[in-house]
Amino acid sequence: MSGTFVGMPAFPTAAREALADTQLRRNLAHATRTIRDKRAAVVAEVEDWEELRVAGAAVKEAALRDLATHLETLEASLVAAGATVHWARDAAEACAIVASVAHTHGVDEVVKVKSMATAEIGLNEALEAEGIAAWETDLAELIVQLGDDLPSHILVPAIHRNRAEVREIFRRRMGDVGRPAPDDLTDEPAMLAGAARAHLREKFLRAKVAVSGANFAVADTGTLVVVESEGNGRMCLTLPDVLVSVVGIEKVVATWSDLDPMLRLLPRSSTGERMNPYTSTWSGVTPGDGPQEVHVVLLDNGRTRALADDVGRQALRCIRCSACLNVCPVYERVGGHAYGSVYPGPIGAILNPLLNGVADEQTASLPYASSLCGACFEVCPVRIDIPSVLVDQRAAVVDSHRGDRVPKPEAVAMKAAAWTFSSAKRLARAERASGLAGRVLGRFSRTTLPGGRAAAGRLPGPAAGWTGARDLPAPPTESFREWWDRTDGGRDGSAR
Amino acid sequence: MRVALQVTCVNDAMFPDTGKAVVRLLRRLGVEVDFPQAQTCCGQPMVNTGYLDEAVPVVRAFVDAFAGYDAIVTPSGSCAGSARHQHSIVADRSGDPALVAAVAETGPRTYELSEFLVDVLGVTDVGAYFPHRVTYHPTCHSLRMLGVGDRPTRLLEAVRGIELVDLPNATECCGFGGTFALKNADTSVAMGADKARHVRDTGAEVLVAGDNSCLMHVGGMLSRQRAGVRVMHLAEVLATTEDTEGGSSGPAVGERAGDRA
Repeated sequence: MSGTFVGMPAFPTAAREALADTQLRRNLAHATRTIRDKRAAVVAEVEDWEELRVAGAAVKEAALRDLATHLETLEASLVAAGATVHWARDAAEACAIVASVAHTHGVDEVVKVKSMATAEIGLNEALEAEGIAAWETDLAELIVQLGDDLPSHILVPAIHRNRAEVREIFRRRMGDVGRPAPDDLTDEPAMLAGAARAHLREKFLRAKVAVSGANFAVADTGTLVVVESEGNGRMCLTLPDVLVSVVGIEKVVATWSDLDPMLRLLPRSSTGERMNPYTSTWSGVTPGDGPQEVHVVLLDNGRTRALADDVGRQALRCIRCSACLNVCPVYERVGGHAYGSVYPGPIGAILNPLLNGVADEQTASLPYASSLCGACFEVCPVRIDIPSVLVDQRAAVVDSHRGDRVPKPEAVAMKAAAWTFSSAKRLARAERASGLAGRVLGRFSRTTLPGGRAAAGRLPGPAAGWTGARDLPAPPTESFREWWDRTDGGRDGSAR
Repeated sequence: MRVALQVTCVNDAMFPDTGKAVVRLLRRLGVEVDFPQAQTCCGQPMVNTGYLDEAVPVVRAFVDAFAGYDAIVTPSGSCAGSARHQHSIVADRSGDPALVAAVAETGPRTYELSEFLVDVLGVTDVGAYFPHRVTYHPTCHSLRMLGVGDRPTRLLEAVRGIELVDLPNATECCGFGGTFALKNADTSVAMGADKARHVRDTGAEVLVAGDNSCLMHVGGMLSRQRAGVRVMHLAEVLATTEDTEGGSSGPAVGERAGDRA
């Protein structure tokens, strides 16, 4: 009972539709600005924030550099601690492993801790196909699930909803799948949280099997770590008998002490908190305490593909904090759905093509969903140079079309521009033509730009993308280069 | 010191007054710039759209034109950023060790105008006079790729007669983004609309920035709104003196009579 990103149009089209959603625009502008300001305030408190970022990047980089070794250590530590370790090459394998554990225990439902990895592999839909209901217990994930909706943010997947909409979803849908919302439900945050609490409590107490992801997996101790704000995750991690955790292989860190910078970077970057309210760690099975059967599914699903990319592999440092989403001027206006993936925003614009390749048009549109303003790089706690990876992925898109029998108009235009710019003589010729056009356009112009210069008017073809919303100055009748020639660089006295 | 002007393709073809202003300003400060005629473009339009192979001959033209200069000054944060941070990517792609070596020479010697004025010439008061209400937009590449910091505003604050007002949400991107403005025109315009609103909220008469491409975008929107705000490159403000300041539209530097329609 949730939507699907399959069949989403390419980013420009999806963005155009999102931009017209006034409620979405209002909700996002408010929410992203609130989190952005909170983050900025708590980051400013940390004097050595830059050193911390460098340390965080180094921890992840070191783990990635020797990933195979750390994963084998992790497996050995987990097994020694009583966990069962599974390896999944892709989404289908991972989903099948989780379903098989659920079937072994004869359950028709599982409770879930908020997890990006399980969203990435479409676990809920896969379990549903096996007759197993997967209940999301994170408040925002619950809102998305009940609303038959799609997540639009990594940290706050219901960021596109306001509280009036949340009330409506709870009122209409809670009763269909469990304890209904109270009749007198208002849109007061405390009351909405109370309704979710009562609804979820029933599921926590009943569930035999829980499914989670992990924020970090510590190789030397075999410890998985989940950080969260609500405590619902801890309910899932401690109450049921069986726990299955789906963990991307890039989540591994070498040692327990590596958690130090990570647990300081993550809460300030994500929720704008000094530390997160709940940090749960567990190493395999502890007799008589918590789940007595612990499974860990180590997931590739494109990660080794990303790891093989010299420029893009740094994206695997990502700790899913969402700071890049909250600060992104594109994300702020179009929201998460336009990216067509559970990973939206700047990190999604590089992660999706790195994990999946750029063969399909939707994924290939993502690296272009950025003005390259660089705000994402500035806030990234593990210093992922997102703008550079975006440009590199754009090159991957272009390179994937180099063998096309019929080149795209853009490719033809770029080749023509490169030909012109490869020679000053050719550029000067083009500028003389543009000067002539300027003379004509200037003469027929009916628009005067502020300051007095003539505008070019509305242009046809690709230029209409510009002049549809912006006036364009008519080209000057004399280029700089011609002026320099004519006046000897202004030394003939004609320049003031 | 041999100093070359990299005027940029956008300024060469569309905003020659900015180039003239740089020449005039630097001449006033005692620096005679060369204009190497072989120059074309920094290659950024190709690089940022993903056409790295196409950028190779353009970057080659850049290093050929500017070889041997001690400093290359450009009135554009993003073109300086391209030379400093992207030319090496293109050179690596070419597989040509000579090009790799050449961009390692030209890249670090490329300065955005405000960097050249403040860091190389060591001036903040350039003797300009500009009696207008002005707001300044720090363009993304000058701010984040180059890290020009407060150099442009220090230069503006020293201008006589100027009334400099803060731009709300100044560091937020205007939405230009090169080919982004065409490939994702709707999103670009949504961002530009907010930038234009913030500019109008300042009550400024002139919006100033260090990149004419961004100004062409925001200025184009302000013009379409008939907002009564004009855009000007930082160089043109800094080049204006009591002798040259006149009328409200200012920058007819070096234009021939009858050029303006």
